[in-house]
Amino acid sequence: MIEMSNWALPTVGVWAQITGQSSLVDLTQWTLIKWALWLFVGFFGVFPGIVAYLVWAERKVAARFQDRIGPNRVGPLGLLQPIADAIKLLTKENIVPRSADQWVHILAPVLILVSAFLVLAVIPFGVGMAPVNLPSGMIYLVAVSSLSPMGIFLAGWSSRNKYSLLGAMRAVAQLVSYEIPQVLSTIPIVLWAGSLSLVDIFDRQLETGWFVMSPPGLLAFIIFLISSIAEVNRTPFDLPEAESEIIAGYHTEYSGMRFGLFFLAEYMSVFGVSCLATALFLGGGSLIPFPPLSDFPVNYLGPNWLPYILINGILMSVFLAKVLGIVFLMFWVRVTLPRMRVDRLMNFAWKFMVPLSIANVFIAAIWYELALRPGVRFMVAGFRLPNAFVGWLVTGPTVLLLVWFVIWFNRMVRSSSEEMPIVPGGPRVMVTGSKIAAR
Amino acid sequence: MAMTNYLFIGLLLLAGVSFALAPLVVVFLVAPRKRSLAKGDTYECGVKTYGETWVRFRVQYYIYALMFVLFDIETVFLFPWAVSYRGLGFFALVEMSVFLVVLFAGLAYAWAKGVLRWV
Repeated sequence: MIEMSNWALPTVGVWAQITGQSSLVDLTQWTLIKWALWLFVGFFGVFPGIVAYLVWAERKVAARFQDRIGPNRVGPLGLLQPIADAIKLLTKENIVPRSADQWVHILAPVLILVSAFLVLAVIPFGVGMAPVNLPSGMIYLVAVSSLSPMGIFLAGWSSRNKYSLLGAMRAVAQLVSYEIPQVLSTIPIVLWAGSLSLVDIFDRQLETGWFVMSPPGLLAFIIFLISSIAEVNRTPFDLPEAESEIIAGYHTEYSGMRFGLFFLAEYMSVFGVSCLATALFLGGGSLIPFPPLSDFPVNYLGPNWLPYILINGILMSVFLAKVLGIVFLMFWVRVTLPRMRVDRLMNFAWKFMVPLSIANVFIAAIWYELALRPGVRFMVAGFRLPNAFVGWLVTGPTVLLLVWFVIWFNRMVRSSSEEMPIVPGGPRVMVTGSKIAAR
Repeated sequence: MAMTNYLFIGLLLLAGVSFALAPLVVVFLVAPRKRSLAKGDTYECGVKTYGETWVRFRVQYYIYALMFVLFDIETVFLFPWAVSYRGLGFFALVEMSVFLVVLFAGLAYAWAKGVLRWV
């Protein structure tokens, strides 16, 4: 980021003394101002605002898909609907069942919302526009995003309701299963960037082009998107709150604003994972996906303020456009696909996504050797082949072969061992080899 | 400098908690509070709740949790390898493949044993 220290103000020693690690903590007033801006403008203002209007957008989009109009009573185009909803939620009574564990019942939605909040802390929205640049960003993200299964489980357990318990159990099983492919699909990114920091990952994509523009990158992006949709419990993976089976799953016993917190947390994590996918795979706010011009708006960065502000304006609007694109994709998936069956859901995670993402790590290493390692050249009859071309030639068919193999292997295994066809009107029948056992 | 950024994470944690608690405080101040016997009942589609809810649950979930821990630790090992991949050379790739193959064998074993079958 641009250095401000030439007009920086003296170090605030008090803060360093409070934290007790004065040698490790280096706080200037400028840092404090920056943090205060991030907290009060970003985390208390812009992000909740975007999230509130995502709810409105989803209702509008879903309505259009289903040939309805959607909210249009409150304000023009129903634009004041989120505000009306907030007022309604704030003035509703909080009903907590007698037998519930009162404190854990409050703690659960808070924990989930905090988890959704913390994910946004390391996203680079522009040049020098990440709330913080953690050197261990990716590991931090893994740690923080695994808080939400805990919150969900606490919610389901503390409600002392059987539907809540079922929903919570399903949710935890689903979230831990899909967390594996989600994390594994970011390994190629770390490998190519050579850093865990999201700012470094963004900078690296300015040099090499978007990471999605390679066969292993594309596969990783698709795995990441699918498991992200599962991680935020949205259709077709919304079994934890499957309303036709278990009322509302883990938040059955939540009403009023406590339910509102779950709702807010869900949409905030939708926004969060979309930001993450944009920053990791789609080059953050950069405009052009290919190398020669991939650092397009950033290369005009100078020592002055005006280009800095202009360029960050462009970067952040492009970033937001990409995020909204991914969010729209999620809405689209939601209105198109029906809910999955629970056994297929778990199979899909462990038998398709995990093997695919593990094998993809190797293909990513091959891609690095062919296309990204500096100094590698391919000469054919005195003519230099572009590295990316050779990379596509090798890894493209490999990725296709891999996907085909995993699907083929799963079909083979399934048809030879067990499958549960549902016989209409009869008991569930399990076919094991040639034997048929009624269950 | 190294710890400064984590201080912000701490602040953000506090901010997140207060952001979540603030509306609950507003609700406490403005929303009606009328308790009644029926309202405090557990909501299970109008049917009276039967038996204990906090029971020991199916072992299937536990097995998936074990698998999760296994693979999560694997990713913790994979991250540092991926970060320093460019400087490690060919041997590191071979080593990591051996590690992954061993782990994959575990998955294959669980698969063959039918652990991954949802019953």
